[in-house]
Order: sequence, then structure tokens, then C-alpha cells
Amino acid sequence: MLRGNESVAYAFKLARIDVFPMFPITPSTLVPERISKFIADGELDAEFIPLESEHSAISAAIGASLKGARVGTATASQGLALMHEILFIASGMRLPIVMGIGNRALSAPINIWCDHQDTMAERDAGWLQFYAESNQEGLDLILMAFKISEDKRVLLPSMVGLDAFVLTHTMEPVDVPEQEEIDEFIGKKKPEYLTLDANNPATFGAFGSPSHYMEFKYAQYLAMKNASVVIDEVFSEFTSKFGRKYSKINEEMMDDADIVFITLGSCTGTAREFIKMKRKEGKKIGLLKITVFRPFPKEEIRKALKGKKVVAVIDRNISFGFGGAVYGEVAAAMNGMDESPKIVDFIVGLGGRDITFNTFEEVLSIAEKAMNEEVDEINWIDVDKEAVEKEEII
Amino acid sequence: MKEITRGAVVKDAGNSVVNKTGSWRTFKPIINYEKCIRCMICWIYCPEPSIYKEDGKDYDAPKEPIKKLPVPVIDYDYCKGCGICVNECPVKAIDFVKEVK
Amino acid sequence: MRDIMYEVRFHGRGGQGAVTAANILAVAAFREGNYSQSFPFFGVERRGAPVRAFTRIDEKPINIRMYVYNPDAVVVLDPSLLDVVNVTEGLKEDGIIIINTSKKPDEFDFDYRIATVDATAIALSHRLGSSAAPIVNTSILGAYSKAVGNVSIDSVKQAIMERAPAKKEENAAAAFEAYEKTVLGWEK
Repeated sequence: MLRGNESVAYAFKLARIDVFPMFPITPSTLVPERISKFIADGELDAEFIPLESEHSAISAAIGASLKGARVGTATASQGLALMHEILFIASGMRLPIVMGIGNRALSAPINIWCDHQDTMAERDAGWLQFYAESNQEGLDLILMAFKISEDKRVLLPSMVGLDAFVLTHTMEPVDVPEQEEIDEFIGKKKPEYLTLDANNPATFGAFGSPSHYMEFKYAQYLAMKNASVVIDEVFSEFTSKFGRKYSKINEEMMDDADIVFITLGSCTGTAREFIKMKRKEGKKIGLLKITVFRPFPKEEIRKALKGKKVVAVIDRNISFGFGGAVYGEVAAAMNGMDESPKIVDFIVGLGGRDITFNTFEEVLSIAEKAMNEEVDEINWIDVDKEAVEKEEII
Repeated sequence: MKEITRGAVVKDAGNSVVNKTGSWRTFKPIINYEKCIRCMICWIYCPEPSIYKEDGKDYDAPKEPIKKLPVPVIDYDYCKGCGICVNECPVKAIDFVKEVK
Repeated sequence: MRDIMYEVRFHGRGGQGAVTAANILAVAAFREGNYSQSFPFFGVERRGAPVRAFTRIDEKPINIRMYVYNPDAVVVLDPSLLDVVNVTEGLKEDGIIIINTSKKPDEFDFDYRIATVDATAIALSHRLGSSAAPIVNTSILGAYSKAVGNVSIDSVKQAIMERAPAKKEENAAAAFEAYEKTVLGWEK
């Protein structure tokens, strides 16, 4: 029985990280607490570096990773936002750092609860992004992220999102693999390239002028494409070793479905139960869970949605001036496809507003309406619109 | 209906007084004025702060001259019952009794 | 065990261990071969402030991740909460309320089955916490086991030994004493 944060900490321990630079932030503080205990109890041989900010924590992670160390860290929300400029440096320098995120809303107003705004705001930072539905997935995805990130075809950092509180603070059964199994699965980190080494000096963090910069970005673009292949390989190896099935997207009850719900993260389980309930009433709904958001599984999603009538994208984020981030990506993935389904966006559960059966009930009623008539493109659910309209100039 | 202001501004200042944190209390500190020497250490340590200085002439005191000093008085609307005053009192003049509600 | 999900809501005050109680109950249920899930009401935890925590128990894997809105049982760790919180909110019709109090069940006016135990006195007699802040969470779990019966007192004791952050034996003994002393209002 582990809380989500403990899953992350156990995964770091099983991966035998060498360095854990950190700055604590709600809701992921329990990760560094557990890591420091593992180290104090002699269960993990790693360097624990408390720093004065998240900006410094990720900078230290870069330094340690450059030396060839396996590095893990954890943060959330404002902490991730403070890392923003350094995230691009980690990916640009091709450092396979793995970070656990307690997905939390961004200020203002101050809010410590769950949504995906923090990681969605970093989706262009060149990091792989995974979203966990459960604490088990949190543990497994962190382990797999090391193997994927460190693959020499990839060499990019990864972030694994666990929903704030809904996972980070929820205790549930988690199957923790044996150390030997993970040692065999991930193996020791082998620096594939130059490292900080006094005997073999090199320059890191160099200048990239217009004559060279773009080639480095193209290399990152290709590495992300490779990551897509490596993810499939690592997921299927994990499945064959540990029995738990992983794929970039997870399709359930899809064969005869007219309406498809697309979810990320912890609300997937509630959606699954809701859909099962509705299927008993004869409603043909399917569920598509996105586990890997970067690289975005375009092809898989195109294939899965072919022939469907309405796609309801459940977005726990908002890209202001556009709509939900997931909606945008799903709609773009459908570009040029014959018989593209109607794609409708739903903004739900921001700042920890509970996502319940009632939420999905409302989503479904709009999705069903969309089968025969036009509906709004972006739909905010569970929001007191009247209260807002009283104050804002509309 | 809830009020949603521009930029989440709260229009009134000092609004935390609305939240009467005294309801959180499990144990209640009671100052025994016959023992209290009015050193005001409790007043300094109270983190809320919910101990105020008042004119002390009408309160009991261990000695007559002490009555000239200001006296600490607990505001039970906001006292959370943390017990820090009880712990800090140098003459053990504050009892800590279970709140019966 | 039941074939449908059993949901429990804990009401306590920050520092009393309501969240740990929910966790230990989940561990106890898991030890008996159930699936379980426990979580706090997600918020800012302050010593003394009213807090809530939840446990779900089921024979099948638990998918849903919303708050508990219609609990089967409510556990009240602090009787002073009865004045400030509507502890029966959403409680199912055949629900059970377990209260830490020196009073007897028939002194309460709830339209539900009521079980009472003086968990504060039991906790203090086992030196759990201080008189200012008695740690009553393990004692009240003994009462839960007696009143609800879907986890055995042995499992509760084992879960306490596994999970209690300190004074494991004392906590387990307090749970057992509370189990013995719990008064079930529906058994006359």
C-alpha cells in the first residue's frame, strides 16, 4: 500500500539513482522525504542535494547528469514553472533526467490542487511526458522512463505526472518489483557520450550560432521521433517481464463505440466506471486513455478514432485563447483524415474541482447532442458561469 | 451566488477575522489571575495572536501593586487551543482544560 | 466482505490522526484480501482544524477517484465536531456512525445506527499523545472493527503494527481495548 509520492520514491530507489537534487513543494514533498529516509537508512546509495529553489534543483540535476550520474527529482506547479528555462537546457544538452510531477494548478489565485496546467505549459520543453492513472502506473512509468530516456537513440529527459492529491496523497495497493528484476530491466547507466571528466576535458553548454543552432533542434526532433519507437519497445519488454500492460494510448470498449472519451491521468478510472454504467443502458461509449503525451501518439490516435462519430476530449488544463491542450493535439492528429469524427472539448477539474459521475454525465449529454447537431467547440463543465458573467465585461 | 472578482481580489481587507478559528479548539487555556504575574510572556508567544492586553485594575492579582499592570486576556473567538501559552507561562498560571461543547 | 464497495468517511481535527486512521483501515482491509484506497480531503492541514479522510474497500480493483459523497459509515474522532460539521451528510440510510465520546449511543439524536467509545480516555491510558492532543485514531479503529465488522480486529492490530509511526504495541493494545469497550447502540 503506497501513496503516489511513495511510488515515485520507490521507483527512484529501484532505479538506483545516484543523485537527487530537490526543492520541496506541495503536493510532491513526500518524494524527497522518502528518498532522504532511504538514504539515511542505508537502502539507497545516492547524493541528496537540498537547494534553495527549483531553478537550482534542476540546474544541479543537469550538472550531475553531465557527470554521468543517474538523476531523479520531483516537483509540481510553481516549482516546475520556476524550472522552465532550465528544462530546455536539460533537453538541449540531451540529459536523461527523470522527474516526478505532482500535477497541480498554477497561481493566481493560489491553489495547491490538481490539474494539468503545470506540465501542459512545459509540453514544448523537449521532455518526454507520461501521465499516470494510478500509483502503480506512477511507479512503472518512472522506471520505464529511465530506460527510455537513457536509450542512446533518445537521450532526452522525461517527466512523469501523477495527479496532485488524487494520486500523490492516495494510498492504494502497488506491486513493487524486486530490485534484481529492475537491475536487469534498466541496467546500470552507461554514459553514452562525453561527461564532465577532468582527465578527458570537454566544453559543455556552448554557444550555438544561427549556422548551427537549427541542426541541434532538428536532432532533438529526430530523437523525439526515435523515442516513439523506443517507448513501444520498452513498454512491451516491461509487459513481458512484469505482466502489466502499457501502451501510448489505452483503448477500452472501443470496438462498437460511437462516442469516445479521451482522458489523461487519474480521472480515467472514474470515466471507466461511468462508461461501464452507461453501457448497461445501451450507450455505445469507448474510452481512450493517453499515457504518453510527448512524443504525441498521432498515428495511434488516428487509427483508434477512425470511424467514430463524436470524440469528447477531457482537458484538465486550459490554453487561454484556444481551448484545451489535448483537444488541440487530437484535432491536429485528425488533420486530413477521411470521415474525421466530430471533436468536442471539455474543460474540467481545474484547481482540484472534483471530477465525478455528474461531470461525465454532462459531458455525455453534450457529446450525444453533437451526434446530430452543432455544439460548442469548447465546453466548460461544473462551472458557475453566472457568477463570472456578473463581474466580467462580456 | 458566489462572488468572482477580477483577478481574485478580495474587496475587503483584514477579512481573516471572519474565520473564527476558536471552533478548532479541543483544549481551552484559562488564565488563573490569582497566580498571573502579568509578565506578558503568553502575549508575546501567542502565534494567533489571540491574547490581548487590557487594563488590569479590575482583575484579580497575586499582589495588589500588580493590578497597575496591563493584564493578558484570551480571545476565545480565535484561540485555537495550541497550548503554547500554557507551556510558556513561568508561574504555571494557565490551566488547560478539555473543551466541553 | 461484501460484493459492493464499502465507503468510510473520517471526521477529525488536524493532528488527531484521521488521515492515518483512513490509511490503516485501508491496509487492514488489504491484508484480508480486499482492494482498498484511502485519501485525505485534499486541503491545507492545520492542527486543530476540521479534517476529513476517506477509505474505500472492495473485492474488485477500485477505479473511481472522486471524493466519497455517500459513505456507508462515518467515523467521528472528535465529539466537538458534531457542532460544527454535519457528519451525517450523504450518509446512506442504513449507515453507521462511530463516535469518540464518553456518552452512550442513546444520548445522541441521529436517525442512524450509532456506536460509541471513549477513545480519548483509552488513548491517554496507553500514553498515546498528550492530554492536549490525544492520538485517538488507533483506538477508534478498534471501535470501527466492532461496529462495522468488515475488517477483523486482528487485521486492524496487524495494520497498526505495520503502519503506526510510533508506539506500535501501545496503539495496537488501545485498538483492542476500544474494540472490547465499544457500545453498539443497536444492541440492547
